[in-house]
Amino acid sequence: MFDNISKTLFFKLPALSRFILTRFGIEMKVNQHMTDVPFIQVEDIHFSRGDNDIFRGVSMIIPRGKVTAIMGPSGTGKTTLLKLIGGQLTPDRGRILIDGQDVHRLSRKALFALRKRMGMLFQSGALFSDLDVFENVAFPLRVHTDLPDTMIRDLVLLKLQAVGLRGARHLTPAELSGGMARRVALARAVALDPELILYDEPFVGQDPISMGVLVQLIKRLNQALSLTSVVVSHDIKETLSIADYLYLIADGQVVAHGSPSTLEVNQDPRVSQFMHGEPDGPVPFHYPAETLYRDILGHDLAIKAG
Amino acid sequence: MQSKFSHYAARVIGLGRKGCDVVEALGRATVFLAQSAVGVPSREGWSLWLRQMHFVGVLSLAIVLVSGLFIGMVLALQGYTILVDFGAEQALGQMVALSLLRELAPVVAALLFAGRAGSALTAEIGLMKATEQLTSMEMIGVDPLRRVVAPRLWAGFVALPILTVGFSVVGIWGGYLVGVEWLGVFEGSYWSNMQASVSFIDDIGNGMIKSVVFALVVTWIAVFQGYDLVPTSEGISRATTRTVVYSSLAVLGLDFVLTAVMFGGL
Repeated sequence: MFDNISKTLFFKLPALSRFILTRFGIEMKVNQHMTDVPFIQVEDIHFSRGDNDIFRGVSMIIPRGKVTAIMGPSGTGKTTLLKLIGGQLTPDRGRILIDGQDVHRLSRKALFALRKRMGMLFQSGALFSDLDVFENVAFPLRVHTDLPDTMIRDLVLLKLQAVGLRGARHLTPAELSGGMARRVALARAVALDPELILYDEPFVGQDPISMGVLVQLIKRLNQALSLTSVVVSHDIKETLSIADYLYLIADGQVVAHGSPSTLEVNQDPRVSQFMHGEPDGPVPFHYPAETLYRDILGHDLAIKAG
Repeated sequence: MQSKFSHYAARVIGLGRKGCDVVEALGRATVFLAQSAVGVPSREGWSLWLRQMHFVGVLSLAIVLVSGLFIGMVLALQGYTILVDFGAEQALGQMVALSLLRELAPVVAALLFAGRAGSALTAEIGLMKATEQLTSMEMIGVDPLRRVVAPRLWAGFVALPILTVGFSVVGIWGGYLVGVEWLGVFEGSYWSNMQASVSFIDDIGNGMIKSVVFALVVTWIAVFQGYDLVPTSEGISRATTRTVVYSSLAVLGLDFVLTAVMFGGL
């Protein structure tokens, strides 16, 4: 009986909090747009750090109301791409449109107004260390709404319930494990029920139970509120189970994109190596270096033989 | 010949690049100050400012007041040994008060403030940057310059002049303890000479102007160093050191310039 109630509550949470926010005049623009217009358009992005070219002409279309996953080997700039979308970094060339607005041409004020419509889950959680768990989740509600304290309390507890940490509301970020911190950060990211959520490695450090709940939560949030979600992740199985569309990036470019089922059968060796986690293939496991023999012995085997 | 020329050319290029970096950093710091310090605070801004006044001002009280007491006591002791040779020990109150109000209180309070509060501001903001707290605040749609930096800047601007007043008052009292209570200077002449010689505008006013200028410079340097640092543990350590070094040099350099303008007849 109790299980049924909590299960029902869990899946109704996003709709419930949205209902409360709407009742208090918080603008919900989710359904005001046509769903066939892409929410994010990344157009021919070039970006480099020093001499290191991170992106060499990346273009993507991220549809509204879908879960789009961005995958690729370590160091390919997936997190950098999220920061470019969020306007924290500026590309050297190209542009990024969010809901028709060029992110990098907005004034500081307009950019902050746009960010109120986004949520971002950081890899580290990035919780405010001077606030406890409850106040961290309440932060966006306190600064962007005039909701009474009792209502904020209810909304925060609902969000914490969704990530399984209602009982940890009085803990400080320093008392949380890495996985718990990321779940609190997720509750904070969805506190205002934004239109777009950027997830940076949401599954890292989660135990199997939390992982399953998180996967379900991301999927449910997306369906219940018609959110647009961008998930950057290495966890192929979990990501494939929730993604509607996948982009695979490597060497500063998009090497493949499509639905999970099409990418799984893609014959491109770079794609299949990544999708099936094979150590041998065109994508090297080792960071570029001279040969091990030369590094250890000071000369190559061939030179020694000669 | 050729390599010597290219060696010097590289040095000149390096010097030019360094010059450009300094000018660029100054520009960034100015834009940073304009974006964070200008604007009307919200109701929540006032409470954030009050909280910072506690951290920056109230918690610095102990070190500033104790230092003020000892400096006043040392001044009286040193002053007495010199003045007594000329039979002028009755002017001790005047000497202690003018030294403190014109010079020592603004300068020493600013140096202590840079070491106690400035370094803490840099480290706190720097750690917030290193742990992506500032970035996550930006992504929530809250400008960290308004929410994190502005209350700290304004708290520093207001706290240091108040601390300087406290420093002077306690210093003069320390001078009284040593001069009058211990060394036996006549109490009436200690206070009356002070009253007769200290001008409210020229001495107290100029001292306070110095203190306000030092407050602006020290707090600006501290928060900018925190906001602009390389977000690593080494970066935080370097920025904290830079805050103390730059603030101290700026305070001492500006003190000379201000003294020259105020009392040097420039």
